[in-house]
Amino acid sequence: MNAPESMVTPAMLSKSAPVINPPLWLLAELTYRCPLHCAFCYNPIDFASHKDELSTTDWLRVLREGRAMGAVQCGFSGGEPLLRDDLEILVTEARQLGYYTNLITSGVGLTEERAAQLKAAGLDHIQLSFQDSTREINDFITHTKTFGLKQAVARVVKSNGWPMVINVVIHRLNIEHIGRIIEMAAELDAEYLELANTQYYSWAHLNRDQLLPTQEQLIRAEQETNRWREKLGDKMRIFFVSPDYHEAKPKKCMNGWGNVFLTITPDGTALPCHTALMLPGLAFPNVRDLGLKEIWFDSEGFNHYRGTGWMKEPCSSCEDKEKDLGGCRCQAYLLTQLHDVADPVCPKSPYHHLVQKIVAGADMRAASGANAAAPWGSEQDVHPLIFRGPKESLSLVGKGKKA
Amino acid sequence: MNDANPNLSGCPRVNDGFRLQWEPAQDCHVLLYPEGMVKLNLSAGEILKRCDGKRSVADIVVELEQAFLTTGLLDETLAFLHLARQNKWVTWS
Ligand code: SF4
Ligand code: SF4
Repeated sequence: MNAPESMVTPAMLSKSAPVINPPLWLLAELTYRCPLHCAFCYNPIDFASHKDELSTTDWLRVLREGRAMGAVQCGFSGGEPLLRDDLEILVTEARQLGYYTNLITSGVGLTEERAAQLKAAGLDHIQLSFQDSTREINDFITHTKTFGLKQAVARVVKSNGWPMVINVVIHRLNIEHIGRIIEMAAELDAEYLELANTQYYSWAHLNRDQLLPTQEQLIRAEQETNRWREKLGDKMRIFFVSPDYHEAKPKKCMNGWGNVFLTITPDGTALPCHTALMLPGLAFPNVRDLGLKEIWFDSEGFNHYRGTGWMKEPCSSCEDKEKDLGGCRCQAYLLTQLHDVADPVCPKSPYHHLVQKIVAGADMRAASGANAAAPWGSEQDVHPLIFRGPKESLSLVGKGKKA
Repeated sequence: MNDANPNLSGCPRVNDGFRLQWEPAQDCHVLLYPEGMVKLNLSAGEILKRCDGKRSVADIVVELEQAFLTTGLLDETLAFLHLARQNKWVTWS
């Protein structure tokens, strides 16, 4: 579900403070429940302790308030949004309000019948996540047997006439299959394919050492992608989202804090970005207590990192500060335990060596012939892949992990 | 007709999966598509809103010229439709 950030068109970009624009995107994370167990899952590590999901009535109110503020894109995600029985009710309302409605799903649970109901509800588009072109890696990385099912679901999407975006999170275990992944998406008739290099938050951060590809793998993957772009022409548009660590270029995270995206978590917490909950000391309001308008314009959580006023050196005097707004706050925090410093992927950051060390580590492991399926012999710090699941979540929370 | 250059008798329409709508909050027409949107300027909005698969390009130009009490909008309209087709915003019925 990394798509929205990268697929924002230039027309959506707007200047940072002082003017606060209304949100253009409402992202409704309907539930953290999910039948899959992706080792790169972006849900918070402590997801299993957030049980209190918003009711249908609450969501309907959130949809109305968001639309009244001017939001036009509405994404239903999770977890797996199909696990909510009221999904059709919410899509119907969203569509009638005039949102362009996007369903972001693993496809598990999208039966012919459910698809027909969503079509009738007016759903505009489905983004389907795929994990690999091979059954082996798909089933391994999701810790389920879902490969065959996903192919069938892709056909259901197409037969209902929906435009289809296929999203594949790229990491060390599937990066060598990138050509085959592109071919598969083209065979399934996707309009857009998003090859999103893993962002290292939450579960992916736990598993970073096994998932991080080498610089050389990335270069080859991008070359292969370009070859396919030429071959396929405009039949399918391919987005290659390059990874922050290797690129050494901070990104304007979420298109600016509190600028375009408004995310609502399953229990109603309103966030400028779905991982922002990890940042300690920031209070994010809940839609059960406050209206969306006050949340967006007035709350401390949304205003804290808006614009450039919060910056310290090297960002505050940097000529690029409007361009990337200092990069990602969550990345800064995960790597340095400080969330108001420059994103360490930036070469100007005094912590940049941490990122360089991590990337070098991936190269070293590759050189020693290690891979995740057969964890590398003597290295003490590398654990086996941790698959996302309620049991793992609760046990990690017990050990004091939150992000 | 699909791959031909826009010509006067063809009837463009907004492509499947795209939706054109007026947004009071932005004070403009927007074109919505999977996970994205384009804000349209006045003339782009006025052209696209007439692309219904029934009006021909010639009809659209005549209507626009009447609506804006002007003449000579053919080139601008063709240029925009060319761009719109490249971006798959429109197709021809
Ligand atoms: S487990 Fe996988 S499919 Fe489920 S929410 Fe996480 S990333 Fe998405
Ligand atoms: S110093 Fe800060 S503002 Fe400048 S490029 Fe690096 S992260 Fe961006």
